[in-house]
Amino acid sequence: MTIVANFNVHYRQILDSQGRLVGPLPAFAEDLPELVKMYAAMTRVRVFDTKAVNLQRTGQLGTYPSSLGHEATHIGVGAAMRPEDVLAPVYREFGTQLWRGVTMAEILMYWGGDERGNDFAVPRHDFAWCVPIATQTLHAAGAAMAFKIRREPRCALAYIGDGGTSEGCFYEALNLAGARDLPVVFVIVNNGWAISVPVASQTRAQTLAQKAVAAGIPGIQVDGNDVLAVRAVVGEALETARHGGGPCLIEALTYRLSDHTTADDANRYRPESEVKEAWALEPLPRLREYLRRNGAWDDAREEELLRDCAGQVDAAVREYLHSVKPSTDAMFDHLFATPLPHLEEQRAIARKYASKSRGH
Amino acid sequence: MVEAITMAHAWEMHHDASVVVIGQDVGANGGVFRATAGLQARFGSDRVQDTPLAEATIAGMSVGMAAHGLKPVAEIQFMGFIYPALDQIINHMTRMRYRTRGRLSCPVVIRTPHGGGIHAPEHHSESTETLLCHIPGLRVVCPSSPARAYGLLLAAIRDPDPVVFLEPLRLYRAMRQEVMDDGRAMPLDRCFILREGSDVTIVSWGAMTLDSLRAAAELNSVGIDAEVIDLATLSPIDSESILASVARTGRLVIVHEAARNVGVGAEIAAIVAEHGLYDLHAPIARVTGFDTIMPLFRLEQDYIPSVQRIVDAVRRTLAD
Repeated sequence: MTIVANFNVHYRQILDSQGRLVGPLPAFAEDLPELVKMYAAMTRVRVFDTKAVNLQRTGQLGTYPSSLGHEATHIGVGAAMRPEDVLAPVYREFGTQLWRGVTMAEILMYWGGDERGNDFAVPRHDFAWCVPIATQTLHAAGAAMAFKIRREPRCALAYIGDGGTSEGCFYEALNLAGARDLPVVFVIVNNGWAISVPVASQTRAQTLAQKAVAAGIPGIQVDGNDVLAVRAVVGEALETARHGGGPCLIEALTYRLSDHTTADDANRYRPESEVKEAWALEPLPRLREYLRRNGAWDDAREEELLRDCAGQVDAAVREYLHSVKPSTDAMFDHLFATPLPHLEEQRAIARKYASKSRGH
Repeated sequence: MVEAITMAHAWEMHHDASVVVIGQDVGANGGVFRATAGLQARFGSDRVQDTPLAEATIAGMSVGMAAHGLKPVAEIQFMGFIYPALDQIINHMTRMRYRTRGRLSCPVVIRTPHGGGIHAPEHHSESTETLLCHIPGLRVVCPSSPARAYGLLLAAIRDPDPVVFLEPLRLYRAMRQEVMDDGRAMPLDRCFILREGSDVTIVSWGAMTLDSLRAAAELNSVGIDAEVIDLATLSPIDSESILASVARTGRLVIVHEAARNVGVGAEIAAIVAEHGLYDLHAPIARVTGFDTIMPLFRLEQDYIPSVQRIVDAVRRTLAD
């Protein structure tokens, strides 16, 4: 027997859970104000997330998928992308979206049952949330194909969860990206759980990153709670892809500290001890400690940041709660570019019998 | 008819740089039915691309390409293989404009052969258009002549929304006609009256329009004057034209190759029952494929409605 091919999966970490440097500092990380900006963004999405869960619990928001614990992955990816790149999110990556310009009010609008939340003022070109698992990976590959055909130096980035890597679409997207050398990066957010099913039940694969091997593209694992490592790895992958070097699959290891969504109760299927251990590795303290040690952070600034975030979140919640229910006509608008006769008939019926509820 | 389809591709690719052809074997091979023959040589391998052998990939990448400025014209090699693409068609392609409130859209054409009659292997002779017609936000078009294949394909590519374009297998080679390569599109969402008549309206589409015309010719010899309508766009249905015809003839026979149960014919019958009942002198008749699996080819002619079945149905309608 002869070995005809060999593959390795590399793992990257820069800041350990105590905020100590364990790897070489990337160039962007020399800029402390930039790291402060990233820390502030991670804090902001966490404050937002807490509020969103509360809104759901008090009947003011629909089912909501918390992003608690994913902040480093989401902000690391956001900071690595360029504005002109295209994001194909799943449904939990609020940190990346906020970084790219989607507003908290838009997020609340969508999860409050209103399509207008998908009509991002910024960025106009990003895909909307994608609920059917893994399907967005092909959209990112298709967008990347458009960039490649037009010779635009842009990339697409698709998120996917650990459970999503069991879907056929995901393998198809990796295969397409590899076969056509597309400027696309896939980021698996491996948070350990696909609702109640742990990764070990999804696959016998040692890593999810190695799923890249069959597609002939690089697969890299990164500490998804380490925002510096995520930004570094994703940034390098994007630059490679942007300059014709082909796609990449990145597996970010993190943990879903929350329930799957507000409709879920994780106590039914996972031990409290596991969650407790995961809290010790969570993303915020390590960057805070690093900034503190480098004189870029202190308690006063932390307090000010939290106050500021709370103010922003409250303003967004007010905007959302005061938004007027969409017109009944919205069901018929934008289905086709031009109205169709049978739909206009149905529009008239819908108007006549429209519900008078506020719709929140 | 297949040359007319190639010609429409070429015209539109020449005049619109955003049109891109993708699919299995559409490149060097020019498609298994030669519908894209010569396009790769003329427009290059960026704009005429073979995809990996994966239908969900074809539909899913079309969504991404279309949302980012291209107009993909994607071939699914046979209708029996379209099902893995349905997830992308239903959940994304047809919802993109709606769910983003017009921010993004999906001007995609998915072309696929339709129906049987050419002794093809299993899964290669399907006519499951009903599955597609039920999807909000999707147009389903089926031409029945080379000229309409050319004109309607141009219209489909120019349409800003997704269109599934069903190409009757039986007509690819069987039907020949001079077609002017003038870039003129034909209207979507409209029927075509193929034969005017005063005694009965026969509504059909795809290859069955030819059998309907043959039936009309036979009926003519016994003094029955049938109007034959090619539905052409199966969704949305051009109710107005059908109702106007039924108002003139007072009788309606619907002919399709697809299975009867919840077929497009049922929708046409319901439209006429709702809006044209008092114009009818006789119950509506349907002549359709059976609610069975499309059989392998030794029996396919027993499955596909015959001219005689159409003639008999029309005569029963007139006997009342």
